[in-house]
Amino acid sequence: MDKDIKKEIDLGQFKEEVLAAYPKKVAKKRAKSIVLNDPDAIPQVQANVRTIPGIITQRGCTYAGCKGVVLGPTRDIVNITHGPIGCGFYSWLTRRNQTRPNSPEEENFIPYAFSTDMQDSNIVFGGEEKLKQAIREAYELFHPRGIAIFSTCPVGLIGDDVHRVARQMKEELPGVNIFGFSCEGYRGVSQSAGHHIANNGLFQNLIGRNDTVKGKYKFRVNVLGEYNIGGDAFVIEDLFDKCGIELVSTMSGNSTLEKFETAHTADLSLVMCHRSINYVAEMLETAYGIPWMKSNFIGAEATAKSLRKVGQYFGDQKLIDRIEKVIKEEMIAVKAAADHALPKTKDKLAMLFVGGSRAHHYQELFTELGMRTISAGYEFGHRDDYEGRRVIPTIQIDADSRNIQEITVTKDPTRYAPRKTEEQLNKLEAEGLQFNKYEGLMKDMEKGTLVIDDLSHYEMEKLIELYHPDIFCAGIKEKYVVQKMGIPLKQLHNYDSGGPYAGFEGAVNFYKDIEMIACCSIFKQMKAPWEIEESVEAEYVFN
Amino acid sequence: MLLRHTTALEIDRKALTINPAKTCQPVGAMYAALGIHGCLPHSHGSQGCCAYHRSALSRHFKEPIMAATSSFSEGSSVFGGSANLIQAIETIFTVYKPDVIAVHTTCLSETIGDDLNQIVSKAYEDGLVPEGKQVIYCNTPSYVGTHVTGYSNQVAAMVKFFSTATPKKKNVINMVAGWMEPSDMREIKRLASVMEARTIMFPDMTGVLDTPLDGHYKMFPDGGATISDLRATGDSKFTLGLGQYTTEDACIKLENKCKVKFEVLDIPIGLKATDRFLMSLSRHANVPIPDSLNDERGRLIDMVADNAKYLYGKRVALWGDPDTLIPLTEFLVSLDMRPVYIVSGTPGKPFTERMKEILKDIPEAKYMCGDTADMFRMHQWIKQKGVDLLIGNTYGKYIARDEDTPFVRFGFPIADRPGHNFFAKTGYVGATNLVIQFLNTFMDHQDRTCPEEKVEWQM
Repeated sequence: MDKDIKKEIDLGQFKEEVLAAYPKKVAKKRAKSIVLNDPDAIPQVQANVRTIPGIITQRGCTYAGCKGVVLGPTRDIVNITHGPIGCGFYSWLTRRNQTRPNSPEEENFIPYAFSTDMQDSNIVFGGEEKLKQAIREAYELFHPRGIAIFSTCPVGLIGDDVHRVARQMKEELPGVNIFGFSCEGYRGVSQSAGHHIANNGLFQNLIGRNDTVKGKYKFRVNVLGEYNIGGDAFVIEDLFDKCGIELVSTMSGNSTLEKFETAHTADLSLVMCHRSINYVAEMLETAYGIPWMKSNFIGAEATAKSLRKVGQYFGDQKLIDRIEKVIKEEMIAVKAAADHALPKTKDKLAMLFVGGSRAHHYQELFTELGMRTISAGYEFGHRDDYEGRRVIPTIQIDADSRNIQEITVTKDPTRYAPRKTEEQLNKLEAEGLQFNKYEGLMKDMEKGTLVIDDLSHYEMEKLIELYHPDIFCAGIKEKYVVQKMGIPLKQLHNYDSGGPYAGFEGAVNFYKDIEMIACCSIFKQMKAPWEIEESVEAEYVFN
Repeated sequence: MLLRHTTALEIDRKALTINPAKTCQPVGAMYAALGIHGCLPHSHGSQGCCAYHRSALSRHFKEPIMAATSSFSEGSSVFGGSANLIQAIETIFTVYKPDVIAVHTTCLSETIGDDLNQIVSKAYEDGLVPEGKQVIYCNTPSYVGTHVTGYSNQVAAMVKFFSTATPKKKNVINMVAGWMEPSDMREIKRLASVMEARTIMFPDMTGVLDTPLDGHYKMFPDGGATISDLRATGDSKFTLGLGQYTTEDACIKLENKCKVKFEVLDIPIGLKATDRFLMSLSRHANVPIPDSLNDERGRLIDMVADNAKYLYGKRVALWGDPDTLIPLTEFLVSLDMRPVYIVSGTPGKPFTERMKEILKDIPEAKYMCGDTADMFRMHQWIKQKGVDLLIGNTYGKYIARDEDTPFVRFGFPIADRPGHNFFAKTGYVGATNLVIQFLNTFMDHQDRTCPEEKVEWQM
């Protein structure tokens, strides 16, 4: 696997071919987002910049990142979309965030869509009164503990102040936590702006509101950036329980208000999706003294590694032994599934273009299947997701990033308590743990592989045409395009209604699904027999 | 229970829409634009709109849905999106090379007041539109009307930009297709061809959103109404609009522009709407209805007669768009079923007037359209008194499961079952398909839930 890919497949040819088709200015800009990787001398990749108008992009908007991704998975908040009907409609049950209430009575608003359904009169005269009335009606019907308001594009333009409405309604409806998000779709260059805005809101309105220390185990962690697509968070919950680790909160898969409110009672944060939640991880550290580590529960080896890091962090021999026991037990099924899949999947080529972490994490699983990822990139990642957090100080803050509020977080006057001393942290780092660090995708990709940020439709077509991957990973908008080309596409946003893919159990599921794709025979039937048959020309006997 | 917070107790709701039976204009404009051959729809607004609409249509059709976006930033929202659209037009014609770009607006570009006429004219003046290619546009503010309105506006734009009257009139009937499946359009075209009527259908999603998998991706598939067909609609002798909400505007515009008279009909769903469609086409194209269509009709009647006892008196709740709900409700009544609850988020008088007429013998029927005529309200009605069958889009599955009620998928979006873009629901054959779906659903439910001693070998 550590071969130099360049020798076999000329991935360099791609850039030249693609750029030639663009208008000059577009080509100049795109050139900086397409690089050949070198894990030893990581090149700079342009990321988190505006998509050029007219380019068919995978990206969505700020609202999608805030309401859809980060806040969507929490079941006991009534999430009201303030705007015309579309945004609320499209984010209604479309992201497969599973949730499992503890009882038939417990609140679960996930199967509902709530919207102020703004009409032209609201655009002209303002929508604040309608929003207030909508909140009253939501309260009268459901009596929720929390109501969140999400702004769509026109809200910011007409000057509706959702934060003021939230404050006023909080006074009117005591006991209900009401808060707003200025997550208008145009605010950032992608969903990523919405993640940041959501993170700020979580910290300002939810985290730290309940000091009750609940749970049966003394080793207390948060898992951040895990949204329970296809049940991933359920797997992690079970796994931690087996290991004797208390999962104080998952942000935000299978979550409730209480999970956010008590997250500051954990002693370690594990960051899964770095892009969407690193802000909260930092804030928890600054305000409460909870260190964070980048972790990954996608891939069996990665899961084992992440669990061991937790054991090492707490430094408790009993915990370490229990974790080792769990890994050993779980690996039996993992190995059996991998052995079964490997003959079918070995040496196949994969390409991954999703998200802000998934294009990195899922390479683990493909490696375990003996497959090679020859090209990958994010839809809404930043340079630090590619090159590692070390580049953060050198990232130029452009106008689009400046639009997003940076909140100032300081030590909590009473509750700040460093979970480890400086010396302890240094010692753990010397032993190989990394705190507040993420090394990015490029360090883990082979030399000569293609890294492309914000892949366009045209580039995707070219990639497939030139390199014929055996599997292409992206989302629903790309799915049927790629499959028309005769290449199977695995959706890594919604897992093609499959999963869970996290943890050991998830790895087994993923191996099976990829094996299935590798063995899917229908693609061999694309041509009718009469199209393949060589034409037989008649020969005259008398010749 | 999935919808555990829904109770029978209705409150006087004025502001909060819950579980909408509608979505916003631009997705309708995008869908309609895909019915032009060689056309790339373009969403003038934030990226998210385009991503959401492409996703919604992809999930429903399980087909590539290509569209571009102006990718507004905060700056464009303040200073206007003109530069974005100009750049988009240049990029699209250089990279993706469509014949037509069909621009529609969003709530964002409408709120800031972008003038599409002016921006597109500038693109032409700057030479960014290659010879023989075209940029068309329509206004689709998301805070007016619904996805149905957006579809209608895009179809009207086709007339505005393409339909041309020449001195030479042709013996051709225009069929303006309302919001239906490509399979439904294919069936309507088949009926016209069986009748040997010369027709032009627009928009036409057949061959665009039901393409074969053969290893060759075509960004612009073979299907769709061609530009020459669209131009020629001005020379046709008559227009049939199929679906009042989605096609009447285009019909009126075509009459005003090219003096082509028109009649607006229901989408031919069910027995009577199909009867009316065939009679109208026969009259205006001056062609007889062949015996083979009598036979198709007779086979539908036969199927219904054989199974009448499973249909008679069954209470039905349905939701969706007026253009399909109206003929569908009429069909249910002609099957002696009782459509008792009907909601559509799309506002408009014709819905109420038509339902009043169709449901005159079903006094317990409740129907509602427009603001807060949503699936939450319909579910509350169901909680008050249950139904035997649900007909609507995928969002009905949560009600179906909670209430253990048979459910037939119909409308948009259907994200959890295949087949809707294969098997038509229009014409007599489509009506037969529908009846079979009703019956299968009832019978499966009976087989699964009746006492063991009541399981019937023959049904």
